[in-house]
Amino acid sequence: MSVPYSGGGDARAVGTPCDARDPDTSCDARDPGTPYVVELRAVTKVYPGGVHALRGVDLAVSGGELLAIVGPSGSGKSTMLHVIGTLDRPTGGTVRIGGYDIAGLSDRELSALRGRTLGFVFQQFHLDPGLNALDNVAEGLLYTGVPRGDRRERAAAALERVGLGHRLAHRPNQLSGGEQQRVAVARAVAGDPPLILADEPTGNLDSGAGTEVLGVLRDLHAAGTTIAIITHDMEIAEWCPRRVRVRDGRIVDDRGDGTGRPAQTMKEVRT
Amino acid sequence: MTRERPVPARGPVPGRRPVPARLRPSDVLRVGASGLRTRPTRVILSALGIAIGIATMIAVIGISSSSREQLLRQLDRLGTNLLTVSPGQTMFGEEARLPTTALDMVERIGPVRTASATGAVGTGVRRTDRIPEAVTGGLTVQAATTGLLTTLEGGVAEGTWLNAATERQPAVVLGSTAAERLGITRTGVRVWMGDRWFTVIGILKPMPLAPEIERSALVGFPVAERLLGFDGHPTTIYERSEEEAVEAVRAVLPRTVNPENPGEVQVSRPSDALAARAAAAGAFTSLLLGLGAVALLVGGVGVANTMVISVLERRREIGLRRSLGATRGQVRVQFLAESLLLSALGGVAGTALGALATAGYALSRDWPPVVPPWAVGGAVGATLLIGTVAGIYPAMRAARMSPTAALSTA
Repeated sequence: MSVPYSGGGDARAVGTPCDARDPDTSCDARDPGTPYVVELRAVTKVYPGGVHALRGVDLAVSGGELLAIVGPSGSGKSTMLHVIGTLDRPTGGTVRIGGYDIAGLSDRELSALRGRTLGFVFQQFHLDPGLNALDNVAEGLLYTGVPRGDRRERAAAALERVGLGHRLAHRPNQLSGGEQQRVAVARAVAGDPPLILADEPTGNLDSGAGTEVLGVLRDLHAAGTTIAIITHDMEIAEWCPRRVRVRDGRIVDDRGDGTGRPAQTMKEVRT
Repeated sequence: MTRERPVPARGPVPGRRPVPARLRPSDVLRVGASGLRTRPTRVILSALGIAIGIATMIAVIGISSSSREQLLRQLDRLGTNLLTVSPGQTMFGEEARLPTTALDMVERIGPVRTASATGAVGTGVRRTDRIPEAVTGGLTVQAATTGLLTTLEGGVAEGTWLNAATERQPAVVLGSTAAERLGITRTGVRVWMGDRWFTVIGILKPMPLAPEIERSALVGFPVAERLLGFDGHPTTIYERSEEEAVEAVRAVLPRTVNPENPGEVQVSRPSDALAARAAAAGAFTSLLLGLGAVALLVGGVGVANTMVISVLERRREIGLRRSLGATRGQVRVQFLAESLLLSALGGVAGTALGALATAGYALSRDWPPVVPPWAVGGAVGATLLIGTVAGIYPAMRAARMSPTAALSTA
């Protein structure tokens, strides 16, 4: 199977220069002049029926950031997630993901872009109940053109990264909620995408499991992965080094340095 | 961590457009099968529809082929070198008669190996004298020469055949059907023929090439002439020659038998009837085949229905796959593969079932079980066609589904 070879330099161009599996690699995501991983310019989204979900959003995310997009339900944060995830096209404005203006890409090309640039973590995990953890993670690489043996190898490495190296053969129903979400996180990071989009990653978890998942995200961020968490939970937002608050389809507040360190645990936020 | 193999492009390549990677055939199969694995009951039930259709068709074709094979083998065993000579009609439309010398003449034809004759005797055969004469049971009484069994390559099931001694006595040998209809299973009993008792001395085995003998009570020529008023004219002459010479013998038979009126002689080849039956058996009943086709069609609709439901239920999975990088085409291929696998499953099960039914039926009738390879090939082809047709609409529908479905809660 032919896979277009792109050297390591290509990945560096979007600001993830480091191999996150190798802690010795120095990560300098703030390399000046690099294009943003996510760039929204005056993005609007109007749904049929005249619902204005986004009313002119500007957002730029550099490689290596950890940010929360926070807002109450109906604020437009889900639409933002769809637009950033290239699952939906904006009505107006420019969306650039990983350097690509998505307006110029066909549906096929967008799919390829998603497969290589984005890793999704969903509130409901979306794991295949019939597959064990290893195969669930390997399934995440199915559309990248990697042979099956390699997919499983990388899946094992990804599970190791989220601390589930001992749970490879377990099926989702044999895992706790927190562990299931960590499997989903492993699936998202297995292909080393420049950007992880986590949609309410702790929404279905109790606080202990939620803390466990956030810990994994923190460690991935520390190793250089860019992570955007979409949430309505202010506590999680406070935990993130950069917080983007959305209300009524607009960004009302954007503060913090996304490349900074998050609080060690959720407890520190609470105290 | 270094890798020898080129890794897929991670992240975008500025200036170049992202190209989706192709799915390997093995991955297409795995992905197609994954949808079936999680819903085994539904899979079995909808594959069953296809299986019943395929099984019906395979069984119809298989059973008729087995019957044909059986007839052909029988033909092979019986040989095709037997000719029969019988009287035709005179120029004036009256029943012609064969000369009494006919058998001698036939025996003198060079390639003829064996010949014998029977002559119809005008009486019936009855179990006792109490049964009215009108009740013939469809049986005839015939005088037979002692060589008949040799010429027909027949055998005696019970007792003995006529010989030079018994052909002069009131002794009778019954054909298999005649014995059955008279209810006689052993020799030594007496039957009422003409106006006197004859003793049964033998019962013949079935003779597929001469069913008229099976329905006859056979007595010797001399006793028939002496006691039953037989005129001595043979009504059928049986003759076997060298296989290669059959046509030549056939050509000279009428002139040999009746030099004066060769047109009054009919020659036929009993194996032709068998060959025609074999041909007819091979032409399986189109009605049953049509029935199988309808079952198959219904099975196909079942598969399409299952697939549509499956697509509706799996909006999340489709959304997830789209978010993982699957193109519309790859989603389409996944559901098409699933549909194909589903009907292939039915096809394989149906072929096995049909073959089993054929074997069961054939063995119960002592036929050689035959399922022609073209029928199996046709079944596989039909299955693939149905799987594709049934899968197209659901697959298109799955491909059109919005990738945001996976993200929607609920």
